[in-house]
Amino acid sequence: MSAARPSLISSSFRHAALMVGAVLMLAPFVWMLSTASKPPEEIYSSDLHLIPHHFALWENLRIAFGKADLGRFLLNGVIVTVAIFTCQVLIALPAAYALAKLRFVGRKALFALVLFGILIPPQATAIPVFLLLHQLGALDSYAALVLPFTISVFGIFLMRQFFMTVPDDLLDAARMDGMSEFAIVWRVMLPTAIPAVTAFGIFSVVAHWNDYFWPLIVLNSQQYYTPPLAVAHFRNAEAGTSYGPLMAAAIVIITPLVVAFLLAQRRFIEGITLTGLK
Amino acid sequence: MSDAAVSLRDLDALTTTARASAKPRRRGRGTVAYGLVAPAFTLMLLMLLGPLAGVIALSFADYQLGAPSFAWIGLANYQQLFADRVFWISLTNTLTYAVIVVPGSVALGLGVAMLIESGTHLRAFYRTIYFLPVMATLIAMAIVWEFMLHPQFGLVNGLIKMVGLAPHPWLQDRGTALYALCAIGIWQAVGFNMVLFLAGLMSIPKHLYDAAEIDGAASAWSRFRLVTWPMLGPVTLFVVVITGIRSFQVFDTVHVLTKGGPSKSTEVLIHTMYMEGFEFFRSGYAAAVTVVFLGLVLLLTLVKSRLAAKQVHYA
Repeated sequence: MSAARPSLISSSFRHAALMVGAVLMLAPFVWMLSTASKPPEEIYSSDLHLIPHHFALWENLRIAFGKADLGRFLLNGVIVTVAIFTCQVLIALPAAYALAKLRFVGRKALFALVLFGILIPPQATAIPVFLLLHQLGALDSYAALVLPFTISVFGIFLMRQFFMTVPDDLLDAARMDGMSEFAIVWRVMLPTAIPAVTAFGIFSVVAHWNDYFWPLIVLNSQQYYTPPLAVAHFRNAEAGTSYGPLMAAAIVIITPLVVAFLLAQRRFIEGITLTGLK
Repeated sequence: MSDAAVSLRDLDALTTTARASAKPRRRGRGTVAYGLVAPAFTLMLLMLLGPLAGVIALSFADYQLGAPSFAWIGLANYQQLFADRVFWISLTNTLTYAVIVVPGSVALGLGVAMLIESGTHLRAFYRTIYFLPVMATLIAMAIVWEFMLHPQFGLVNGLIKMVGLAPHPWLQDRGTALYALCAIGIWQAVGFNMVLFLAGLMSIPKHLYDAAEIDGAASAWSRFRLVTWPMLGPVTLFVVVITGIRSFQVFDTVHVLTKGGPSKSTEVLIHTMYMEGFEFFRSGYAAAVTVVFLGLVLLLTLVKSRLAAKQVHYA
């Protein structure tokens, strides 16, 4: 922490403490992998061993894919998260630009509403939004999963803050070249905002890929199930009977985000930091 | 969507009028601004502000999904709510969960961040491992935890048996179920808080530590007390409030692992709201539960803005 070199004692204390914590953080992942790799007789034995005597991961994965259409559920997850993020950017970016760079009556009030909107937890609006979708006959569809999240006031806020730092000269130059305000949004502001858009994208995809509450409320049909609903459904159907395939299914559900995170962990953490800290 | 289209057409008309005036370019840009914010503003009213007003209004009505009509019943939902023993259990459990998870995950997050920052080796490695639970789908990991806590075949009880103690049905005993959920909650939140603290630590200027050392702050503890802790104040406040609000929202682990049981020992506000609103379709009553939840969130936000009044200005 200071300029002085850490002593051997303090450095070994640091590693010892962090390693103990790391083991605790990793334990569920390791146990999940271990259980998913064991045949039933090893899972239901009272002696603890990490490495399976008989390696059954492929068998368990095959059973999991056979019992539930996991491929379909992963595809649903991709469809829903991509649709949500695309809509959020298309709608938030122009608004963020106007709030940051254009003068108009009501701008301050609108920005105050955005700041207020950030404070509203998603569960708070669930009942009326559900009733609205019910009225529209839109429950149990991709639309029900996507529509409520097309607006992200947090996205507007984040990109507005980013746009505030873009020099006005750049915009004036674009206007001199005869660009419309609409063109400026997509051809000048969007390219400069890529770091903020990426950070927001990470936040949005992580939140909606992992969301359980809203899909649980609006869906009935399995064909629209997103990954979290799928694994919960699998567990309810198999409770206490086949932990091997269940753990294999859990691995399949967490893999896309965890692998993406491991491949680009620096960017992920920067993204979360940028979007997490107001 | 159709609302947005209508307002865009109105804006065209406005633009035409504006062109006739003295400063056409400036005015023109002003009206374009309305076109740019119109979709966002419309959706905000439709999906956020309208529903927020709606949930408050509903809490004063006896509306049930599927019922032919409903009536305004004033405070009756709240009277029923406050007279319900389960509601008080649910509120107490929610607060207990927050009171355990917030200090637990904030202190551990800060500790891990400081340990990682205090040396140069394996920083990225530790950061990655501690952040992994934030990324992993909580529902999937909740099921893994359920198996780890399994009375007969779970890892936790296996280790307990190895040291010669009696195994315990953690999630099935009403004395321990809520605490087991708290442990899962802390496990999941530590990494998120760690990242926020890491960002805060990196923003502390190095020369402050040198200055403190020259002034005689020799021990690590005094450097922490004199520099790190005061400089981290705003970040800590933010992390505490964010973690608090997230704790009030606890639902996933409860719904999948315990359904509020055994005997309501893990019933929490959002789970009560879910059951009333989406299992029994008692929308008005569920709306009243939501308003209580909103009250808790608002209270925390007010405390934060009170404490941070001097520091944050966006506009």
